[in-house]
Amino acid sequence: MTTQTLDAIISIRNLDLHYGQFQALKSVPLDVRTRKITALIGPSGCGKSTLLRCLNRMNDLIPGCRVAGKVLFEGRDIYASGEDVCLLRKRVGMVFQRPNPFPLSIRENVVFGLRVAGVRERARLDTIVERSLTAAWLWDQLKDRLDEPALGLPLDQQQRLCVARLLAVEPEVILMDEPCSALDPIATARIEELMIELKKRYTIAIVTHNMQQAARISDFSGYMLLGEMVEFGPTAGVFTSPKDKRTQDYVSGRYG
Amino acid sequence: MERHFDEQLQTLKLHLMKMSALAETMIGDALKALVQRDESAIPLVYEREEQVNRLQIEIDEMCLTMIALHQPAAGDLRFIMGAAKTNSDLERLADQAVNICNKAENLLKEPPLKPFVILPEMARIAREMLHDSLHAFVNRDVAKSRDVLVRDDEVDRMKAEITVELSAYMASDSATISRALALVLIARNIERIGDHATNIAENTIFVVEGRDIRHHADHRPAGK
Repeated sequence: MTTQTLDAIISIRNLDLHYGQFQALKSVPLDVRTRKITALIGPSGCGKSTLLRCLNRMNDLIPGCRVAGKVLFEGRDIYASGEDVCLLRKRVGMVFQRPNPFPLSIRENVVFGLRVAGVRERARLDTIVERSLTAAWLWDQLKDRLDEPALGLPLDQQQRLCVARLLAVEPEVILMDEPCSALDPIATARIEELMIELKKRYTIAIVTHNMQQAARISDFSGYMLLGEMVEFGPTAGVFTSPKDKRTQDYVSGRYG
Repeated sequence: MERHFDEQLQTLKLHLMKMSALAETMIGDALKALVQRDESAIPLVYEREEQVNRLQIEIDEMCLTMIALHQPAAGDLRFIMGAAKTNSDLERLADQAVNICNKAENLLKEPPLKPFVILPEMARIAREMLHDSLHAFVNRDVAKSRDVLVRDDEVDRMKAEITVELSAYMASDSATISRALALVLIARNIERIGDHATNIAENTIFVVEGRDIRHHADHRPAGK
């Protein structure tokens, strides 16, 4: 874990993060590999969401948050002075725990980012709406209802609409923070299958409380505890023969 | 909804079919060496045994990983458990072909004891049982599995017949003992192949119906 991996789109070395006096991340390393799903698991408060939010500097918004160490996105330190945070968040997008569509139509939700960026041509917007909704497995169900309010959709369609909204601005990395915790098992399965489909074109990093979800969908897993990265490796290895006793206890349900 | 997991189940099935095809060929070659006194078939059996051994390890790893990562339930769980057991039956069954080959190698150094009558037919049935049991397993075919169970009785009967016949040779002429004994043991190897095919058929019934019919377990009162 000390040398940079060639196929990692994001590489983190010795990342420390403080919220005021509290140290939430302790010299954490992480490689997020291109077009793979990387899952962060661990008990509440272990720092996994904090680490995920470092990948597109969402923690900047939290008062008293200090970051030290390097987060390299395609080799560039995103915390270096002069980095364009808006561009970073376009390239490294995020899907949140609760689906958060805007109180607008389905179509306007998808093109929101493009409108903000000043895109006006109707034909181009239409193309992007179709492409994004198709990629999020929503086009067939919603193509005749594009002007209906997004908030009227069932929760899993809302969550996939949030994915479509992200895809419209063509990100490279998709961060997902507990994307299924508000969904029932069937809706969860749909999002999971969608993630497996999306990784053909995008890199995905996901935080999940649901260990089984990490096992089912991810290629690499990192187990975090008290702000440390206890173990990181291919998911099959982490779940069948973890190297660290603490990982063993957690994945077999003996933790705590 | 087609699940990503279903693709993995399909791969697992293909691996089992590949292993079973290898084992079938091994039995065929071992019998060819023995009955047609064809030495050239022997090294082929040993080569395929290596491939079977590698597949066994690979399939076990697949089953372990699928259980660990997907927490399968109900039919999926029974299928993976059944696949792991079938994997072990296929490997042991292929070992029986190797055992036959070892003895054939020695028998070829001596003149034939007698013309083969029952043994090739017994081997043909056992090999067919293997073929059918594995196809029934991957296709969830209970009727075909039950048919395999029935044919095992025929194989057992033939083994008993061969043993009686060869005992007579040994009793009348001690010079035939080593060859006759080798043939009895080969009949025993073939019978074991039938037993492993039977196990695979029983696995199928468990996978499809969720009932364990081994040792007549399904005739016992529930909960016992």
